[in-house]
Amino acid sequence: MLATIGVGSVQELFDRQIPAGVRLGRALDLPDGMGEQDVYAHLRELASRNVSAEDELSFLGAGMYDHYVPALIDMLMERSEFLTPYTPYQPEISQGGLQVMFEYQTAICELTGLPVANASVYEGPSAVAAAGYLAKLHNGRGRLVVSAGMHPHSIQTLRTLAHGYGMSVVEVPLIDGVTDLDAWTEAIDGDTSAAIFAQPNFYGAVEDAAALSAAAKSAAGEQGRAPVVVAQVDPIALGVLAAPGECGVDVAVGEGQPLGNRLDFGGPSFGFFAAREEYLRRMPGRIAGETVDVDGRRGFVLTLQTREQHIRREKATSNICTSQALNALAGVVYLAWLGRRGLVELGELLLARTHYAREALTALEGVEALHSQPVIRELAVRLDADVAAVKARCAQAGVNPGVDIHALTGREPDRGGLLVALTERRSRADIDRLATVLGAAVAAARREAVPA
Amino acid sequence: MTVGDTPTRTSAPGDAPTGSVSGTPQQRDRARTIFEKGAPGRRAFVCPEIDVPAVDPEQLLPARYRRARAPRLPEVSEPEIVRHYVGISKRNFDLDSGFYPLGSCTMKHNPRLHERAAALPGHARLHPLQDPARAQGALELMWRLQGALAEIAGLPHVSLQPSAGSHGELAGLLLTRAYHESRDETHRRKVLTPDTSHGTNPATVTMAGLEVVKLATDAHGGIDLDDLRAHADADVACLMLTNPNTLGVFDPNIETIAQIVHEAGATLYYDGANLNAVMGVSRPGDMGFDIVHFNLHKSFTQPHGGGGPGSGPIAVSERIAPFLPTPIVVRREQEQINGVAPTPASVFDLDFGAQGEGPGSRTIGRLRGFHGNYGCFVRAYAYIRSLGADGLKDASETAVLNANYLLARLREPDAHPPVAEYLPLAYGELCMHEFVLSGGPMKRELKLKTLDLAKRLLDFGFHPPTVYFPLLVEEALMVEPTETETRETLDAFAEAIASILREAATDGPEVAQNAPYTTPVRRLDEVAAAKRPVIRQELA
Repeated sequence: MLATIGVGSVQELFDRQIPAGVRLGRALDLPDGMGEQDVYAHLRELASRNVSAEDELSFLGAGMYDHYVPALIDMLMERSEFLTPYTPYQPEISQGGLQVMFEYQTAICELTGLPVANASVYEGPSAVAAAGYLAKLHNGRGRLVVSAGMHPHSIQTLRTLAHGYGMSVVEVPLIDGVTDLDAWTEAIDGDTSAAIFAQPNFYGAVEDAAALSAAAKSAAGEQGRAPVVVAQVDPIALGVLAAPGECGVDVAVGEGQPLGNRLDFGGPSFGFFAAREEYLRRMPGRIAGETVDVDGRRGFVLTLQTREQHIRREKATSNICTSQALNALAGVVYLAWLGRRGLVELGELLLARTHYAREALTALEGVEALHSQPVIRELAVRLDADVAAVKARCAQAGVNPGVDIHALTGREPDRGGLLVALTERRSRADIDRLATVLGAAVAAARREAVPA
Repeated sequence: MTVGDTPTRTSAPGDAPTGSVSGTPQQRDRARTIFEKGAPGRRAFVCPEIDVPAVDPEQLLPARYRRARAPRLPEVSEPEIVRHYVGISKRNFDLDSGFYPLGSCTMKHNPRLHERAAALPGHARLHPLQDPARAQGALELMWRLQGALAEIAGLPHVSLQPSAGSHGELAGLLLTRAYHESRDETHRRKVLTPDTSHGTNPATVTMAGLEVVKLATDAHGGIDLDDLRAHADADVACLMLTNPNTLGVFDPNIETIAQIVHEAGATLYYDGANLNAVMGVSRPGDMGFDIVHFNLHKSFTQPHGGGGPGSGPIAVSERIAPFLPTPIVVRREQEQINGVAPTPASVFDLDFGAQGEGPGSRTIGRLRGFHGNYGCFVRAYAYIRSLGADGLKDASETAVLNANYLLARLREPDAHPPVAEYLPLAYGELCMHEFVLSGGPMKRELKLKTLDLAKRLLDFGFHPPTVYFPLLVEEALMVEPTETETRETLDAFAEAIASILREAATDGPEVAQNAPYTTPVRRLDEVAAAKRPVIRQELA
């Protein structure tokens, strides 16, 4: 090969191209390589020092949930044909991936009740920030009004990215677990670009989405100054909850992990992004569309690419290059697996179990509901004890009772808050066990906290 | 079809197969979506019985919050789902099936060990809000990966948070802004980007609230130093550079460039898309860069998943570190208690930069939920441990060797047809891990556009190179073979290019102009798709 190139050594290829002053000239300070069996053993050892949802009775949620992922999803995601190609730049040999995107977009439109969806973005919170940027491109205004019921990571991500694209973020407080409608209406003015809330919200409460949308649209006063109404929604809850499109929402985004994706310590997953028709040409990311080939056969292509960075460069609607194709595949396969009736049945099951769990937990001494709103898959309680101490005690019994709310929000009123998530994998017996263990842990922590 | 064989056309150009009477079996099989399959009542999922006492539905969830009509999802059985998706998967070309020399995308082999390791329940079913004390294996993996990436970049601090290369770029420019804002230099708003840069660079500049200033390329394919000097003023925030750049050229003036940029008070940003050329050979930090993003899915071989997921960690210099996104994974030494050494001696934790002056102490904030794409970290870490220091360097050396060998094969002086005359190298003599050819002469002399060549390659069983990028090369063809391809494959690809040119020279350009013939569908009407977009199925 060297003779064909006409050089004496591989080293010469580098010596002739890289200035001596920036050549490393030593080996990287990294361990030596290992054989496959040894790397596997090392990664297995690391895995063994994690307590996963396989190892304890876990009620952790707050954005990512331990739903069952059907085996057929593992099989399909491991297929070379889905796993190893890149973005479908050559549609003639990428019809499989493009058709999956088209089916995925259709499913997301159905879930959200909105007419257009893209082929997915990175994940939930950055999808919220992307919606903020869409609003800026749409109306050029400078304020983003957000409900304090948004997931803290969504608000933090929005603040980081909005600082970049030059918008301010105004937070509207909650009353009894849901967005304060008066404060919401007051905060939205003619310079408000988007009004953003979560459904259900971070505290597990079901918001009055229709009222929030309607208030946002009338709050701006003069005609034509209504903000873009954005909702971050939980896709599983949409089996029973009114669709964003039915509630006057303009843009619906969310974390796709609950749809057939693993927990994976937080990623990769996907973010979904759906909107009313008028926002189509300002959408970020890839979009697949249907067309025909020269012989009239049905086929699919990436479309509306004149929005995108590789064509529009600094005038693009986003810098995003690809979608989360493999994760979105898991999402659409999961929805097909659940099916038309299954999604509704799952929603009803979670609704019933979450209600039952709230009744069971708030019956305990030292545990009260954090709010009185309807809950659908996750509930918030306040412990009359230190949450970390209670969690440590529960862990000894093999139970992870949920997420320490204050640790995530840093809000003073959230001290003692515990967010408890349900999935179809947590039965009534599991909830009863949680109640027993949590009750004992709270009691013990309160005894300990009493000064001797 | 055997790679490299001249494919038999299924019909003469202009007499293309129509619908059901001819064409390949896949071509005769009309695409149907999952929404067009199944029947009412069919299902795969069996929902657990409601095992808690019945409650009035209105009390559970008032009717005004309830959905009026259930989403019209498919009604299909498990066998139907499997057959549907396995069936359409076969309408994809993939890296495991053949050569995929897509420039700047680093389509190298994906070891299956990584998939197996990432699927271990201790990784795959670990919740991101698990207490750090109960996620020590994951945090240790992340900490070790941060260290390895820092060493490879030659920069001291790393954030694993960005979700992709484009997200890493955005992080980098927000860091640059924060750095200048901390020095009261908010007037620095210009970001210099070469005209060869990836489209994500200028798009990111806009999203970060900064302004794009384009830099010219010199005759050797590097940055035009005079143009750089002319623009390097007190308003410049940053220079974004890919090195080697998208022409496959390592900028010989990189030390001078770094000096000019730093003297102007700006930061230097390294787009890591082409890191696969220089791992263990040359480090961005040693070149003078302040911020580097990695594409774990490229250099550290993640499966590309049909377009995602990826992962785009960043490494930064000391002066940028205080602004890093948080949390960052740290190792804390445990204190001795009564002279007794603690067990373990150290613990891993998530640091939110709340204390001191260290990394993240003046953070720009969070870029996404949780800690980043951990599943990608497992794979990248497995790759780094498999290869080790020598293996990573060997990967880059072989990538550069393979690219130069393929380039040499395409420039053989006595070739028939004279490939190098139709497809000359755009810049330079040698290349790094990829090279860019110009299809300009081919278009003029053979009436074959780069697009036609690319489409004809599909019939030969190859994924075409990146086409029409970078923009400043006429009819560009950007080829990145990677280190995991054999010499036989490179030879077969070179021969395929030669035979397509020969075919055009002998039989005229029509054969390629109407290609492909053997793919599940043939050329698609993209104009119609964009004019009247149909982006979802109409459901009954």
